[in-house]
Amino acid sequence: MASTVFFILLILAVLGYVAGLFRAKVVRGTAYREFHSLPIYHGLNIAIWTGVPALIIVLMWLLFQGAAVDRIILNSLGTEVTSLDAAQQALLLSEIKQVAAGRIFREPTGEIRAAADFYNAVVANAQWAMLVVAISIALIGFGVGYRMVAVRFRARHSVERSLNYFMIFCSVVAIATTAGIIVSLLYEALQFFARVPVAEFFFGLNWEPQIPMREDQVAGAGAFGAVPVFLGTLVIAVIAMAVATPIGLFSAVYLTEFASNSARAIIKPLLEILAGIPTVVYGFFAVLTVAPALRGLGDWMGIGVSPNAALVAGGVMGIMLIPFISSLSDDALTAVPRAVRDGSLALGATKGETIRKVLLPAALPGIVGGILLALSRAIGETMIVVMAAGLIASLNVNPLQSVTTVTVQIVTLLIGDTSFDNPKTLAAFALGLVLFVITLALNVVALRIVRKYREQY
Amino acid sequence: MTIALDDSAGLRAPVDWASAEMKARRKSRYAADTRLKFYGLTAISMAIGFLLILFSSLVLTGYKAFVQTMVTVEIRLDPEQVNRDDIFNAPWRTIVQSALADLEPGLDQADRRQFLQIFTPNAQFLVRDRVIANPDMIGRTVSFTFPLADPLDQLAKGEVDRSLPEDRRRVNDKQIGWYDGLNERGLISQPFNTGLFLNADSRFPELAGLAGAISGSFWALLVCFLLSFPAGIAAAIYLEEFAPKNRITDLIEVNINNLAAVPSVVFGLLGLAVFLGLFGLPRSAPLVGGMVLALMTLPTIIIVTRASLKSVPSSIREAALGIGASKHETIIHHILPLSMPTILTGTIIGLAQALGETAPLLLIGMNAFITSPTTGVLEASTALPTQIFIWADSPERGFVARTSAAILVLLGFLLAMNAIAIFLRQRFERRW
Repeated sequence: MASTVFFILLILAVLGYVAGLFRAKVVRGTAYREFHSLPIYHGLNIAIWTGVPALIIVLMWLLFQGAAVDRIILNSLGTEVTSLDAAQQALLLSEIKQVAAGRIFREPTGEIRAAADFYNAVVANAQWAMLVVAISIALIGFGVGYRMVAVRFRARHSVERSLNYFMIFCSVVAIATTAGIIVSLLYEALQFFARVPVAEFFFGLNWEPQIPMREDQVAGAGAFGAVPVFLGTLVIAVIAMAVATPIGLFSAVYLTEFASNSARAIIKPLLEILAGIPTVVYGFFAVLTVAPALRGLGDWMGIGVSPNAALVAGGVMGIMLIPFISSLSDDALTAVPRAVRDGSLALGATKGETIRKVLLPAALPGIVGGILLALSRAIGETMIVVMAAGLIASLNVNPLQSVTTVTVQIVTLLIGDTSFDNPKTLAAFALGLVLFVITLALNVVALRIVRKYREQY
Repeated sequence: MTIALDDSAGLRAPVDWASAEMKARRKSRYAADTRLKFYGLTAISMAIGFLLILFSSLVLTGYKAFVQTMVTVEIRLDPEQVNRDDIFNAPWRTIVQSALADLEPGLDQADRRQFLQIFTPNAQFLVRDRVIANPDMIGRTVSFTFPLADPLDQLAKGEVDRSLPEDRRRVNDKQIGWYDGLNERGLISQPFNTGLFLNADSRFPELAGLAGAISGSFWALLVCFLLSFPAGIAAAIYLEEFAPKNRITDLIEVNINNLAAVPSVVFGLLGLAVFLGLFGLPRSAPLVGGMVLALMTLPTIIIVTRASLKSVPSSIREAALGIGASKHETIIHHILPLSMPTILTGTIIGLAQALGETAPLLLIGMNAFITSPTTGVLEASTALPTQIFIWADSPERGFVARTSAAILVLLGFLLAMNAIAIFLRQRFERRW
């Protein structure tokens, strides 16, 4: 139904455009000089008046229809239902909706069946009402726009003003997204902290986010001490950086200082392929190839290697980060002025000495900024660790043992679970908040360093 | 050669550059140079080596999933058993199983059951669907071709070690014998696996395909494009051409740069809390997936568009304004068309990133088990990367190869998108 409404509105807007075009031409007659705007703007103006208000109403309608219908259904069921608590009401509603959609698992009671029929009727009515309201608003808008067509009417200014509003709206989406992220994370995290003390979350050493299946279950309370999770994240990020930093840095040095132009033209895109591969592919690669190889190596050397060793996830993540570090270091190295390089060479330093003693120190802030950016990526990276790292939070820093990370916990806590009222789901939002804050802080610092350094020459 | 320095000026003694000491020193300095060069080369070859290992391991495990071992069976569609008016409810199980059992007559009950395990358990439904599509088959003997079960598929592809003891592999000696018999009679074939592209997901590896995931990704990307492309361009035009320089527009700018750096899983949390929790949109729907991906793609498009608007020379702008065009007209008629190739290139690259994005889709539930291709934006569906994630978790051996094959398909799409972007860039690139 919604798509039909959108389609009808689109057709009405197009019709409005055509009508406006003709109307404007008729009104203009031969008075080309007096007529303010081109006929096309009168057409567009009518199309906007026809389409936009109705579209806004329809979107609002779709947004709130669900909640309104739910309320109507609950009220129709009588006082005993309205006195139930929220969870029971939600359960009842979902049962009614299942029956209404024809998905019947067990024979519903007469009441439910009646409520389901009523639900279908209410939804159908609401849809028809929406159609009627949308079309009437579109027609009213069309009328308003149509009457505006006149010799001195500034249709172009009107259209351009609408365009401005649209552009401003689109720019504000960026702020709205950030606000949405912060508000939703904060809201859910605050609910979490209402149940679990902040101190326990940040300093607790025990992370066991299971919740009891039964009220009286022993040892099922769940523990939400996130230190092992943070530690695991740090371990994997450090391993990743230990792989990516030297390889990326040496690659950048070679590419900027030693490689011929043709070699550079081949090698750079090849390295950048590494950055373009989806991370789920790296995750599969880690599980399929790297983990068995490492385990085989461990067996051969007589060392026990966990199937989810931190080294695997970290190492593969390091491979992913190589092009990131190499291209940022590359930028930093090429930003060092030619004169500095030539000066060092003119004093008799070899190429290597110039690089080590002059270029690298000069480019150091840029490189450090790049490394920080890469670190924030490593901390926020999800799929590799979800597939290759462990699920059990343990306090260890041994790269051959399994650790878990913030992103792994977020994903595992939320897959297949949408209820927002238990600590398990809410914990994921608390972790998400921490992740957001840490990565954002790292990014801000890194970008500051990179920028400040660039201004120095 | 010796260079004599003027001693009377208090400078140091002449340096004998030809001395053995100096030679050694020079040698070690150049050696350090060579070492540095060598480290660089090693680093690069390691990075490229990783790339090669990654691709070769994917290709080596995945190429076999592009063919499928099939068996051809003659089935007599007896009009007494298959009623033309009610084809759906005919006793398909009996019909197909007896036709299959006739391939190897005279087996006892236990052997018959083991023999039937050679074939895909869904054979009856495949036959049924084909007869429904073409009822004229009834009354004739038709030869049907359908997949073997996964263990036999693995056997045919040489993945099963016949020399292992019987209890350590998933096909027993009898089944291998029957398979070899069928093979000698020419009933086994290994055609290109069209099912990989035409089937949706299935619990049975021999039937699982990517149609559901590809259609889900298509719808999500379509939503993502329809939202982020116009919004990105509009925002960029506003910020670049119209926005006053004040604190609010500064805030917007900083925000856009920050959004590009937010981990993708956080966008998933946003989608879960706002689109699913607050607005009550359906779970697993490409609409929600596309909206989340659009929010992630938006910064990329805005940044690219602004850069490309900036690169249009001001002479064009001034000429248009000079002959009386309004600011909007100048942008819509002149600046935007000139910068469109770059914008499109950036958009395609942004969409390619969105195509490979997995974590936010997992959080909003686009990892559902869906057995038919998606036909709309509100249906439950999966996407290519989440399908890869699901298959990578499946224990059946056949799914390992299928996962690699799915990855190759995904990489193929990415490659195609990047190729289009490069083509656009080279075809339309302008130097002012």
